[in-house]
Amino acid sequence: MATEHSRSSARIMIAPAVFVLLVWMLVPLCMTLYFSFADYRPMRATFDAWIGFDNYVSFLTSSSFLSSLGTTLLMVGGILIITITGGIGLALLLDQPMFGQGIVRILVIAPFFVMPTVSALVWKNMFFNVDNGLFSYLFKFFGAQPYDFLSQSPLLSIVVIVAWQWLPFATLILLTAVQSLSSEQLEAAEMDGAPPIARFWYMILPHLSRAITVVILIQTIFLLSIFAEIFVTTNGAFGTRTLTYLVYQRVLESQNIGLGSAGGIVAVILANIVAIFLMRIVGKNLDN
Amino acid sequence: MARAITPRKKIMWTALSWGIGLLIFFPILWTFLTSFKSEATAISDPPVWFLFDWTTENYTTVLERSNYPLALMNSIVIAVGSTILGIIIAVPAAWAMAFVPGKRTKDVLLWMLSTKMLPAVGVLYPLVLIAKYFGIMDSRILLVMILMLINLPIIVWMLYTYFREIPGEILEAARMDGASLKNEIIYVLTPMAVPGIASTILLNIILAWNEAFWTIILTTVNAAPLTKFIASFSAPEGLFYAKLSAASIMAIAPILIMGWFSQKQLVRGLTFGAVK
Repeated sequence: MATEHSRSSARIMIAPAVFVLLVWMLVPLCMTLYFSFADYRPMRATFDAWIGFDNYVSFLTSSSFLSSLGTTLLMVGGILIITITGGIGLALLLDQPMFGQGIVRILVIAPFFVMPTVSALVWKNMFFNVDNGLFSYLFKFFGAQPYDFLSQSPLLSIVVIVAWQWLPFATLILLTAVQSLSSEQLEAAEMDGAPPIARFWYMILPHLSRAITVVILIQTIFLLSIFAEIFVTTNGAFGTRTLTYLVYQRVLESQNIGLGSAGGIVAVILANIVAIFLMRIVGKNLDN
Repeated sequence: MARAITPRKKIMWTALSWGIGLLIFFPILWTFLTSFKSEATAISDPPVWFLFDWTTENYTTVLERSNYPLALMNSIVIAVGSTILGIIIAVPAAWAMAFVPGKRTKDVLLWMLSTKMLPAVGVLYPLVLIAKYFGIMDSRILLVMILMLINLPIIVWMLYTYFREIPGEILEAARMDGASLKNEIIYVLTPMAVPGIASTILLNIILAWNEAFWTIILTTVNAAPLTKFIASFSAPEGLFYAKLSAASIMAIAPILIMGWFSQKQLVRGLTFGAVK
C-alpha cells in the first residue's frame, strides 16, 4: 500500500543512516587507498604521493607478511575448531533434560560478556603465569614441571583465551539450531534402531550445517581483527603477529604509513572474500 | 515430550552439564574470589579457595588510588552515548525499510551489513589523522561517533527484524478507525516497538562497552574507558593479582548481568537473521 508520498518520506527516513555509513566507509578507505600508493613516513618527513605499487610489492613479498598470514590462519583456524566442536557438544548437552538448565546456560554464556582486555589479563596472570598461575600449581600438584605457556606456546595460549570468549557464541547459535530440530523425527529414528552416532551423523549434523556455516563466517570476520588479546599478552612477539597486528605495527609503531596502508588494503580484500559468502546466506534468508 | 526420561539419566545429564558449565565459568569465579583476597593470599601456594579472610580492601584501593572512576564514567558515556545516537539515526531507517519496503531495501540492508565487515586496520591511519585534524584525539565525542558507526549496521538490522514482526494490518485498522498519524504512532506503534528497541539498546551497550580496538588506540587518559584502563595492568609492578581482580570484576559485573538478560537478542543481533 505504499504511495508515492510514503515512498519519498521513507527515503528521507533512510537517508541519514545511509549517509553516515557511506561517509564512514568511503572517506577513510579512500585515504588508505591513496596512502597505499605513497611513500609516507612522517617521522622522517618523507612524502612522495605516487610510488606505484612499491608498497604492495614490498608488503606482500616481506617475510613478516607471510608469517603473519600463517599466524592468522593458525589462530583463526584453531579457535574455529575449538569453538565449533565444543559448541556442537555443548549445544547437544544443553538440549538434554536436566535440573537447573537455565543456570547452566548462564554459566556457559558468561565469558562472551567479559571484555577482551579483562579475559586476556586474567588468563595471562592468574592461569598462565609460570610462578603464580593456577596451571603451574596444577602441574606441580601432579608432579610435573611448571610450564611457561605464554613464552613456550604463545600462539596456543592466545587461541585458548579467545576460544574461551567465543565458545558461548557458537554454543548459543548452535543450541538455537538444535532446538529447531523435530524431536519426532529423532524419536522415529531411535525406534527404528538407529544408533546415537548414526543419528548424529545423518540427522543432527546435516540439520546444523547451515548454523555451523554461519558461525564460521561470522566468527572469522570478528577473529580476523583480534587485537586486544594480543596487545596485552605478547604484544605481537613470539610468532603471534597476525595480519591485523602487523598492519597496526607498521602504521602506528614504525610509522610507515604507505606500507601499512597497503597492508590495510590487503586485509580489507581478505575480509571481503569471507564477507561475500556470509552476505549470500544472509541475503537468501531475507527473501523468505 | 513423548519420550519418558528416566530420573537416573536426568541426574547424569545434570551432573555432566553442571560440571562443564562450572568449568567454563571458573575463570570468572576465580577472579571474583581473588578480588576479595589480600595480595599475599592471592598468590599463596597451594591456592586457597573459600577459607580466607575476605576483604573489600582491593575495591576501595582501586576506587581511590587510580583512574577507575574516570574510566567507568568514560565507559558509560561512550557505550550509552553511541547507542542512543545510533538508535536516533537507525529507528527511522529501520521503520521505513520495514513498513515501506522498496525494490532496493534488501540491497541497502545488505550493503549496511557489509560496512560492518570492514577490518578496522583498513581505516586506522586516516581515522587517527582525521581525529588529530579536528583536535579530538582522546575525547569522548570521537569514541561515541566511531562506536556508533561501527554498531549502526547491527542496530538498523535488529530494529528492522523487530519492526517487520509488527503486523501492518493493525496500522491500517487504526487508520480506518480515524486515528491521526500522531495517535497512530503514540498509541499503536510505540507500544509494539518498545520491546524491540529496548533489546537493541541492551545488546549494543554490551557491544560498545567491550569494544577493544578503537578504545585502546584512540585514547590515552582523558577518554580512556575501562577496556583501556584494564589494559594498563599488563605492565604491572609488584603484587597486583587481587587489585587486578577487583578492577576486572567491577568492569565486567554490570555487563555480565545485562548480558544474561539479552541471550536471545544476541543470536538475533549477531547472526543477522541467518539462524532462527
